[in-house]
Amino acid sequence: MAYDLTRRGALRGMVNGAAVLVGVPLLDAFLDGNGTALAATGGALPVRFGTWFWGLGVNPPRWYPTKPGANYDIPEELVPITPFAKKINIYGNFNVPLDGAPNLPHISGGAAVRTGRALTADRGLPGESFDVTIGDRIGTRSRFRSLELSASGDARNSLSGRGGGNLNPSEGSPSAFYERLFGAGFKDPNSASFTPDPQVMARRSVLSAVSEQRHALERSVGADDRAKLDQYFTSVRQLENQLEVELTKPDPLQSCMVPPKVTDKPVSAEIETVIANHKMMTELLVMALACDQSRVFNMMLNNGASSLTRIGSTITHHQLTHEEVLDQKLGYQPEATYFLTRIMEAWGDFVGALDRVKEGDRTLLDNTLVFAHSECEFAKFHTIDNLPMMTAGSAGGRLKTGIYVDGAGSPISRLGLTMQQVMGVSVDTWGTQSMQTNRAVTEVMV
Amino acid sequence: MIALGRIALAAAAVLAIGSGLNVKGIGAAELSDAAAFTEPAERIVALRRLTEAQYRNSIADIFGPEIAVAGRFEPIVRPIHELISSGAAGAAISPAGLEQFDAMARNIAVQVFDAKHRGQFVPCTPKVEVAADPACAEQTLAPLGRYLFRRPLTAPELAFYGRLANQAAAATGSFHKGLELALATMLVSPNFLYIVETARPDPNRPGDLVLDDWSRAARLSFLLWNSTPNEALLTTAAQGRLSDDAELARFAERMVGSPRFEAGVRAFFADMLLFEKFDALAKDAIVYPYFNSDVAKALPEQLLRTIVDQVLTRDGDYRDLFTTNRTFMNRPLASLYQVRVPASAGWVPYEFPPEAGRSGLLGQAGFLALYSHSGRSSPTLRGRAVRELLLCQPVPDPPGNVNFTAVQDTTNTAMPTARIRLSAHATDPVCKGCHAITDPLGLSFEKFDGAGMFRTVENGAPIDDEGAMDGAAFFGVAGLGQAMAQNPAAGQCVAGRALEYASGHAVDQETDRIEALAGKFAAQGYKIRALFREVAASPDSYRIRSKPIDAGATRVSMNKAEQSNGL
Repeated sequence: MAYDLTRRGALRGMVNGAAVLVGVPLLDAFLDGNGTALAATGGALPVRFGTWFWGLGVNPPRWYPTKPGANYDIPEELVPITPFAKKINIYGNFNVPLDGAPNLPHISGGAAVRTGRALTADRGLPGESFDVTIGDRIGTRSRFRSLELSASGDARNSLSGRGGGNLNPSEGSPSAFYERLFGAGFKDPNSASFTPDPQVMARRSVLSAVSEQRHALERSVGADDRAKLDQYFTSVRQLENQLEVELTKPDPLQSCMVPPKVTDKPVSAEIETVIANHKMMTELLVMALACDQSRVFNMMLNNGASSLTRIGSTITHHQLTHEEVLDQKLGYQPEATYFLTRIMEAWGDFVGALDRVKEGDRTLLDNTLVFAHSECEFAKFHTIDNLPMMTAGSAGGRLKTGIYVDGAGSPISRLGLTMQQVMGVSVDTWGTQSMQTNRAVTEVMV
Repeated sequence: MIALGRIALAAAAVLAIGSGLNVKGIGAAELSDAAAFTEPAERIVALRRLTEAQYRNSIADIFGPEIAVAGRFEPIVRPIHELISSGAAGAAISPAGLEQFDAMARNIAVQVFDAKHRGQFVPCTPKVEVAADPACAEQTLAPLGRYLFRRPLTAPELAFYGRLANQAAAATGSFHKGLELALATMLVSPNFLYIVETARPDPNRPGDLVLDDWSRAARLSFLLWNSTPNEALLTTAAQGRLSDDAELARFAERMVGSPRFEAGVRAFFADMLLFEKFDALAKDAIVYPYFNSDVAKALPEQLLRTIVDQVLTRDGDYRDLFTTNRTFMNRPLASLYQVRVPASAGWVPYEFPPEAGRSGLLGQAGFLALYSHSGRSSPTLRGRAVRELLLCQPVPDPPGNVNFTAVQDTTNTAMPTARIRLSAHATDPVCKGCHAITDPLGLSFEKFDGAGMFRTVENGAPIDDEGAMDGAAFFGVAGLGQAMAQNPAAGQCVAGRALEYASGHAVDQETDRIEALAGKFAAQGYKIRALFREVAASPDSYRIRSKPIDAGATRVSMNKAEQSNGL
């Protein structure tokens, strides 16, 4: 497999930590004319789905574009996305009707976006989050069904799960994330040689054996516990699948390049440490996607009631949103808004990192759909209607981009429905009560 | 490798059992078809995921402390106003979580059967080291399986794990590698990762269920020692004697008298006081230069040492935890508290002088720092924690549309202290209702800053630490401690928590049970040992609220905060 050597020679490594590929024309031979399929195997390039979460919303008048449709204007707080505006959609004016359930501050909004349901009590998620549903559709054949990350380092910070006590924990350590992805068990898709590991074969057999216990347990459990066992055996199947992938020679992937090892830096609530951690994690995640280790991801920048601080400050981002005086001249809270600016910059960095990786004549971003959202609109008042949301990327051309969509007060679950439909989930109605909807956001669907 | 391939095939066939395919001789396949259609007498009534501490303690108890457990544990979601113990009964295992359990399992199994340790666990000598020895494999796996699953392996289970070991031994050319794979399989089994509670019909109350003997052994052991049942419990369970009330009481009595009860008490209070929050505790290094990672690590330990000393070593009154000046100190903490400790020592007993105002758990930096922001104190968070954690009085969340404009920023020189800033809430009728529950008592903490250090001024203005709770006025944490010690809700709260902790579900609807237990707790001088002995020995603790087997999955309960906020 001579192409492997050619490719290696053509790669120039990392610039500022971000993967940069210089021209490797030979490699394009592996793509068809549209850059969408691997000519060598006929297999399509993977399309990925992910979420990107930030806490504490926006200053609506400074964030939302004024003009719905294509070529939206870019208000002050969206400036960091300017270079990618053609690939990003903004969604405004989608509401979160709770049907009388309490608005649990910083909790209800995020849960509603992801599950289409109102929380009636804080016991984890009120239902399955749609990223998991999408993972069931597109993630079952990759090595990892999904990758969850928390830039603030908190494993409990997650909005992904099947509901109730099932919450996918977030990885908070870049070095642990690296080991998981590129440590033992990683098979470089562009490696010339491939030898299945006999240990892995043995482990796969062992896991198959675990499934044997299913019948004996399930025959005598109630419905709650049966659901839990189902989830357990789903996890077993995923782990078996992970080993199966490790035992199969992967198809070559043009953009896959194993990143250098990383070393953890201390992460605290201090915003600079979180931003730095986010950057390290993003670089690893981008290569995990380029190397097709997973097709689904969830990145949490901070938590809902953001505990981010600036060094030396006696007050957190969350407290600032509530307690800082609304500057009458400026029309916003300058200290709290500092955090928002940094968050939007981090989002811009995230999108940029995906867009820098070329896949044929497209980029990794183009072959991905990232759904970004917060958990409230204006944190000072905990408002959850008009909750800010964006998408980046076109899911391999399945979504129109560069559009501002005005939801005109329709339920926020339309976004969850749309994401699922775009990613190939067979669903026509989603959400419960007032958030039940069969109206996808057709303006952006191809 | 060929042999391993066969295992995979066999297991795949087993997976197909549900569709009627029968594979003779393997595991569940031997269950008769009839079993699937008749309601079994034994019923699984709860699957409670092992906590990290329970997992670690189980491995240490079964294999010895030398066997290292390295890995990250999927956190268990805590339902609001409930215990992690309740969350564990609803906890699923995600793909990422299982990946971690699998890695830990393989790592443990390698250590157990390495050349150094295998002698302790393999009671026989294999005929040849490089091949399978079915008899020796089963002889090894049966006792290990009994400890791990907290009951004897069934015959099909033992045959199955034995077969796994034999085939893996043949494939790898190593008897011990075979055992390793079989053990790793047991360690990722739901029978190990979950405490499987099974119940049978109650002979005394038709229609009701009671936990069977094995489940009683596990419940006693995890409740009181936070670890897996030992030989004595398993033997007694095998004889059916744990269903006997007198025997149960004898065990409860002996177990709360054992030094191992300390592990149970630590786990209970760590759960009740939300110690998982210490994992994420961070303070601003410039605002609080005395707060560092050594301090952060020592804070929960100082609280637990104080608790253990008061309620176990001294067998004291639980309520004195709010008034005692006795605690323990190490060097990192001594600098935070600005006190002197002997240069060489690790933890040493320490008694605060009364004028330090540090009485009880509430005067310790662990509590004070945990319920503060990263750069300042918070009377509201502290007051709320006292209400919710120690008095079991849930405080409603702020309304979704709350307007905070009344609260000004900390740099405003006109509002130097928290008391002045918070008084702004009193002007807003929406805020007033809830802040009246938290702030008057929370303001008594104000002479301790957000890291728990003593102070007398904030922004140059003197601090007034007058507080009030339910009509009683007092000064400082010492005054609050006295009020807490006299508040009957404090004893009732810990009694209710003990019931919840034992049963793995919220009990706040079972007011009769809580009141009866709290009454006994009070009558016996508020002794924690007596409280847990009572919970562990009470036949009522092993009764299962009847619930039809096919009741729909209830993932979300009614909002308890809504129901119980009549504060």
